[in-house]
Amino acid sequence: NGLRSLRPPRSRRPRRNLIKEGRKRDTGHRTAPLRLLLQATNSGDSTTSPPSSPPSPTTAMSRRGDWVYENNGGTCVAIAGADYCVVAADTRLSVGYNILTREHSKICELADKCVIASSGFQGDIKALQKNLAARELLYQHQHNKRMSCPAMAQLLSNTLYYKRFFPYYAFNVLGGLDSEGKGCVYSYDAVGSYERTGYSAQGSGSTLIMPVLDNQLKSPSPLLVPARDAVTPLSESEAVDLVKDVFASATERDIYTGDKVEIVVINKAGTRREYIELRKD
Amino acid sequence: ATPPSPAPAEPRSSSDERNQSRINPSRESMDASAAAAGGGDGTQRTLNPYVTGNSVIAMKYKDGVIMACDTGASYGSTLRYKSVERIKEVGKHSLIGGSGEFSDFQEILRYLDELTLNDHMWDDGNSLGPKEIHAYLTRVMYNRRNKFDPLWNSLVLGGVKKGPKGDEKYLGMVNMIGTHFEENHIATGFGNHMAIPILRGEWREDMTFEEAVKLIEKCLLVLLYRDRSSINKFQIAKITTEGSTIYPPYALKTNWGFAAFENPSKGAVGTW
Repeated sequence: NGLRSLRPPRSRRPRRNLIKEGRKRDTGHRTAPLRLLLQATNSGDSTTSPPSSPPSPTTAMSRRGDWVYENNGGTCVAIAGADYCVVAADTRLSVGYNILTREHSKICELADKCVIASSGFQGDIKALQKNLAARELLYQHQHNKRMSCPAMAQLLSNTLYYKRFFPYYAFNVLGGLDSEGKGCVYSYDAVGSYERTGYSAQGSGSTLIMPVLDNQLKSPSPLLVPARDAVTPLSESEAVDLVKDVFASATERDIYTGDKVEIVVINKAGTRREYIELRKD
Repeated sequence: ATPPSPAPAEPRSSSDERNQSRINPSRESMDASAAAAGGGDGTQRTLNPYVTGNSVIAMKYKDGVIMACDTGASYGSTLRYKSVERIKEVGKHSLIGGSGEFSDFQEILRYLDELTLNDHMWDDGNSLGPKEIHAYLTRVMYNRRNKFDPLWNSLVLGGVKKGPKGDEKYLGMVNMIGTHFEENHIATGFGNHMAIPILRGEWREDMTFEEAVKLIEKCLLVLLYRDRSSINKFQIAKITTEGSTIYPPYALKTNWGFAAFENPSKGAVGTW
């Protein structure tokens, strides 16, 4: 009889509750639907009334959504030029209507020609940036060279999608120089879809900044054939001035943006950093 | 008969709202959340804090870091424990203060014990500084959050350690989901709303110990008056290069002699 003989006789096996099993299994840490992510963005700090339906796996998920994510605010911007890239982010860390600290950096230099700026949930941002920095170090050891910006772009996308069912609540902007020394900017959503562009804004002030960048940088339509270069013809100092202007404007209307803006400029010579004061209210 | 359902949760406006004790943690809410969280496999995770500690306030001063909190732990709206020590030393260079679920704080102290013991056993002349312990705690809190099994605390980590630029003071905070940052002054829980504005206005770089104590007492007094779960029994701790000192608990002088309190029914006889 083979394996059949090893099973206890039918009468002694415990009765399975097929109804309970029929319900979708709660697989714990592997699944936290995008709904949680959206809850964190939408509900913000208003009183969310609990759902009145009886306890079911879906309600459990939404209840977990009450505390697993939080939006620490902030805005990130990046602009690519012919031979430089500007990446900037404000330094305010908030939660609800509180400011936790005015001097918190959202920017991480992953490689000598590659810088990431992220906004969203700070716990996830730090973990993500740490993860990428560790992978970059491994890459260095294995390939005897630093990671290029396009390679890091793909790695970031894969890292984000890896957690597709319990996402990193991080809205990223990757900026740097590609292998030819031209500026490149990659813009991401929370689950890893990305695109190389000439400029991008992410975070709480992105809706305020993006239209201004569209107007000022006059990006060519991606539908044109032959494809036109999206990098801006502006000079480095003009691009930095534009970044300062957009942040000052976003600070006026977005409560999560302000305090200071950290501007990182990457070019052939290396990387330089400057801090500009913003309104603190 | 089933007990009445608990009062709806208070509006959540900040992460530390999570640390505030729920009104009357009832068995029903525990059962409901346990059943829902358990799903098919019957495992349960605590999703509500039960015995909670109040705010912790800390700031850097000239010689090091000073930290203070009250010695109470509440069970919902009951002030259940009144002599609880919520600031502890960690290794030679740091102090940890915890608000939120007290049993989770004790668990964290056990983790830190293991960490410092292992560090001590290396016997290589190195010791863990506040920055390292902060980084360790951040990882612990974040990873527990990833497993949907959080340690329901807001932790304050302060200390002084010799670094390349001389004695480096360090003060940072981690909350239950892993949000962490470093600042010159920190407050958790209600302190975030009431003590931080005072600290932002009056904190200066080189305060002496006496000035720092005065400032912290000002914050503790505001919390005593306005936070209903705070009690009039406080502990102050300091850490400098010489070492750490946790002072015995003491009470602050309060003033209730306002005309409106003296004769409350003056303008409306029959009121209480």
